[in-house]
Amino acid sequence: MSQYSDKVMDHFMHPRNVGEMENPDGIGRIGNPVCGDIMEMYIKVKDNIITDVKFKTFGCGAAIATSSMATELIKGKTIEDAIKITNKAVAEALGGLPPIKMHCSVLAEDALKSAIDDYLKKTTGKGLPGFKPHEEEHEH
Amino acid sequence: MKRIYLDYAATTPMHKDVLEAMQPYFTDKFGNPSSIHSFGREAKSAIDKSRDLIANFIGAKSDEILFTSGGTESDNQAIKEVVFTNSQRGNHIITTTIEHHAVLETCHLLKNLGYKITYVPVDKFGLVNPDEIKSAITDKTILISVMHANNEIGSLEPITEIGKIAKERGILFHTDAVQTFGAIPINVDELNIDMLSASAHKLYGPKGIGILYVRKGTRIGSLLHGGSQERRKRAGTENVAGIVGFGKAVEIAKIDMEKDDLKLKILNDRLKNGISSRIDDIFYNGHPEKRLPKNISVCIKYIEGESMLLNLDMKGIAASTGSACSSGSLEPSHVMLAIGLPHELAHGSLRFTMGKYTTEQDIDYVLEILPPIVEKLRSMSPLYKKE
Repeated sequence: MSQYSDKVMDHFMHPRNVGEMENPDGIGRIGNPVCGDIMEMYIKVKDNIITDVKFKTFGCGAAIATSSMATELIKGKTIEDAIKITNKAVAEALGGLPPIKMHCSVLAEDALKSAIDDYLKKTTGKGLPGFKPHEEEHEH
Repeated sequence: MKRIYLDYAATTPMHKDVLEAMQPYFTDKFGNPSSIHSFGREAKSAIDKSRDLIANFIGAKSDEILFTSGGTESDNQAIKEVVFTNSQRGNHIITTTIEHHAVLETCHLLKNLGYKITYVPVDKFGLVNPDEIKSAITDKTILISVMHANNEIGSLEPITEIGKIAKERGILFHTDAVQTFGAIPINVDELNIDMLSASAHKLYGPKGIGILYVRKGTRIGSLLHGGSQERRKRAGTENVAGIVGFGKAVEIAKIDMEKDDLKLKILNDRLKNGISSRIDDIFYNGHPEKRLPKNISVCIKYIEGESMLLNLDMKGIAASTGSACSSGSLEPSHVMLAIGLPHELAHGSLRFTMGKYTTEQDIDYVLEILPPIVEKLRSMSPLYKKE
């Protein structure tokens, strides 16, 4: 448990942007039935910029911390910049994750991309090109 | 910060008297028990005394007790070395789906070597049905291994009945009694046990020392080869201080067992009733009556075990979970799955195990700390919808 960095513990104990959102512009819901983590992400977009983001997560310390960090990373970014954020970037911003917990960061990346995908579908009728959650990388 | 230890099923603090009894055997009485000089004889007689105490504690004879490095080694020897030694009689082993990994992984190895393993399932309380053990027996069955009490959910298995079935059919019966040894009375004859594993650090003794009880006449090989220690069944210079410590721990258990059991029942009720009245959407795992009083296993819906543990740890409370996320694997505990819990509930399990030094104040502190943690985690869970 305590293999977590201080940054992970900080985001776990004091998660940023927790909660739901009224009338979000995009919703992402990603669940991994085996390891059990479920993440929901809501985004508000104005002039192509993500102005607000909220999340809810069922999962371990790493799942909650990566959700929190992912929301911090995309807030204020353009859609184009937000989709470039990888799970590795989320993990690095947290000062690293134990190897066994890396799949949690994949889930966070998927959750935010899924929210952007939903937003694009609603606004342009087409989703995020090539977006597919990384189920196969979870190696169950 | 105040620290409260509620993980006694994982390990226990060593009793001060145990430490005191052990100390001379590191320094003054350091002899090798195999040596014939006075230093050796001193160590040898300390081992003999411990062996007598432990044998007497479970109604066994002294030469039926082998000292090992702990529960895992005892389980390994009981299963592997009985199966290898008796393989001309058959190739089939019966065990259950909720055994400790020391048993399950050993059986897994044997399966890869071509042996047949039957994993008898358990009911929702984690109890195995002796009739199902009986019907799993074939003319090739050489060993039945069923744990005495489960480490995660505390359920007590019907080993008297299982031992009886094994005896009637002439099959060897092994039980992993790591959770019960020193906590409840055990008599190897009454329980029809041929082999029993136990470990000192679960009963306020030192880590690194265990026993394997082996009924006289049981054909069993040695896991470690070398010198002729332990009647050629376990090579290697004896862990003399550890053995002395185990003996002392048993002496203390003999005196304290009944008193501790009563106390744990009261603490268990206090914690259980307290949780039930403060937190909704929960349920308890394991059998409601046939269980060890030190154990409370509770599933708290909509949230995950490791997040609860981390939060409790930040407040100084040490507990445990069957969630995958704390175990280094992604799968939740095999025990939680075996009692039929779906994954999301298995991930939300929390285990408190109490012991000799647990107080009512400790329980009350948990009852003060746990509800706001649950509330906080539920407030960020997408599974929890407030009415």
